Amino acid sequence: MKLTGRGLRCERGQREVFSGLDFMVAAGEAVAVTGPNGAGKTSLLRLTAGLLALAGGSIALEGGEPDLTLPEQAHYLGHRDALKPALSVSENLSFWQDFLGGDAAETSHALSVVGLDHVAHLPAAVLSAGQRRRLSVARLLAVKRPVWLLDEPTSALDTEGQNTFAAIMTGHLAGGGLILAATHAPLDVAARELRMGAVG
Amino acid sequence: MTLTDLANPSRFLSLATRILPWLAAATALLLAIGLYLSATAPDDYQQGATVKIMFIHVPNAWLSMFVWGVMSVAALGTLVWRHPLADVAQKTAAPIGAAFTFLALVTGSLWGRPMWGTYWQWDARLTSVLILFLMYLGLMALWRAVDDPSRAARAAAVLTLVGAINIPIIKFSVDWWNTLHQPASVFRMGGSTLDRAFLIPLLVMAVGFTLLFLTLHIAAMRNEILRRRVRTLQMLQASKPRAAA
Amino acid sequence: MIALSALVRRDVRVALRVGGGALIGVLFFLTVVVLMPFAVGPDLALLKQLGPAILWLGALLASLLTLDRLFMADHEDGSLDVILMSRTPLELACAAKALAHWLAVGLPLIIATPVLGLLLNLDGAATGAVALTLFVGTPALTFTGMIGAALAVTLRRGGLLLAVLVLPLSIPVLIFGVAASQAAISGPLPFGTPFSILCALSLASLVIGPFAAAMSLRQGLD
Repeated sequence: MKLTGRGLRCERGQREVFSGLDFMVAAGEAVAVTGPNGAGKTSLLRLTAGLLALAGGSIALEGGEPDLTLPEQAHYLGHRDALKPALSVSENLSFWQDFLGGDAAETSHALSVVGLDHVAHLPAAVLSAGQRRRLSVARLLAVKRPVWLLDEPTSALDTEGQNTFAAIMTGHLAGGGLILAATHAPLDVAARELRMGAVG
Repeated sequence: MTLTDLANPSRFLSLATRILPWLAAATALLLAIGLYLSATAPDDYQQGATVKIMFIHVPNAWLSMFVWGVMSVAALGTLVWRHPLADVAQKTAAPIGAAFTFLALVTGSLWGRPMWGTYWQWDARLTSVLILFLMYLGLMALWRAVDDPSRAARAAAVLTLVGAINIPIIKFSVDWWNTLHQPASVFRMGGSTLDRAFLIPLLVMAVGFTLLFLTLHIAAMRNEILRRRVRTLQMLQASKPRAAA
Repeated sequence: MIALSALVRRDVRVALRVGGGALIGVLFFLTVVVLMPFAVGPDLALLKQLGPAILWLGALLASLLTLDRLFMADHEDGSLDVILMSRTPLELACAAKALAHWLAVGLPLIIATPVLGLLLNLDGAATGAVALTLFVGTPALTFTGMIGAALAVTLRRGGLLLAVLVLPLSIPVLIFGVAASQAAISGPLPFGTPFSILCALSLASLVIGPFAAAMSLRQGLD
């Protein structure tokens, strides 16, 4: 499995963010997208996730399920946690697991991996920012997708949470998954670096 | 919420636990006497037995306004003294007040049915009660809409006080609107001409219903305090690392 | 199917819990209907005549004004991104969200109709006719209004703009809904004619709404 982007061009509001960008991520490999603010790290991830329209170039996933599009085989972990505060922790996770077609047995396992099993019955409203982030990471575990697109995944996490997340990423890579992550902090797993937009 | 904040509600809780059985017993006794007196009261020579609806209707209508008064006092407590018990008193009074207002509406329209031929007439009194009912519902919606209890309490307090000032104005406007359209109101009940045979059961029922409100209100306040403690404990549990849980 | 029913269940749950807006719709409906007699006067004969129109207007405003957060809330918390990337077609996901909104807001309006009919001096048959036309017509309101709710995400604003966009689209539903109720009460038209047209409008909106909303959401990607 291989994720490639060729000659990518991105425009936001008539302004060109980047152009002529190429990247490649192979199975079992992590690529850390780095660069200053405004270089287009988030835009690159959202382009790949199909959440932004390409202004030029192409992105393709080779060796995936032929019937599915790239976004349908990817997880996108953005700044926003995709949680409903009124629902409980386990309701939030099992909703995504039902909606995205995951294995129901994975829910409680995923919660215990991210360390939220003891608060599963509480409303998500009482969670801290770090715990909310852990809960959205649990979505990646509860539903299997080969491509992970992570935007500043460790920003709200404490040291223990970062270690847990590093172990989760290592597990994903060992299973043949791909990771494309925008990050300022070091990624804690062996990763190639894709440096963007050094010149404004 | 810290532990010092809970100290005062704690005293309230122990007091409530001691007082509630007595209050409930007194309520049951008074309502039993009141119902007996109401049942044995003579029929009205014009309205017949339907006049007995009055013994339920008038206490409910009285409470619909009394509860708003209680909420206004609690609202002052919230705004001026920032007292947590006042928040709780405000919040728990609203649904009870709405229930009494609803009963006043239902009994009022049942009472009106034989006289008007319809269940509803845009009579000045009933219409004012209906608007009061809407205001109670709006207040309850406000409590539900805001997640943070102390923020909700301040918003609700402002609305309650504005309502307390506005209710007489609304009442006056509705009276004026009604007489404008229907010069002769069908539904007049002179308070002072009420016969003693009606007055005594009515008073007993009014006191009984007021005690019923107090009982329900104190019990609801106790439940709300406990509910808030559960929430505080949940927050504590959520912020604790898993190893300690 | 599991995915869609999960989405419906989630949205209904969120709407009914603290902070959700489901019951505010009914309260708004009640308030609008109660305001009417203050404007037209407490004449029961007149209210009886205007009753179906008042109830329909109230239900129309209540169901459209509660719609503006339909997609906006999901957009703000990031859920919409995940929904867009899922294997469930976006059109079906939109339809599921609209269905959930109708269950949480539209259905309570219909349940409240008999009580409001009492206030407007409608008899049993008239109330039944209005409730029946609302039952058939409110899905059309929700599914057309959904288009505006999706545009609100694209345009980054909701509220009154949404109302201005969507209210004209709901005029046909209003015309045939009120016409069918009036026909049932006083004639002279047979009830079946406007009622069938109302059903047709509803069915058409069930198809058009999700497609237009999904298209608008895809265009609004950001």
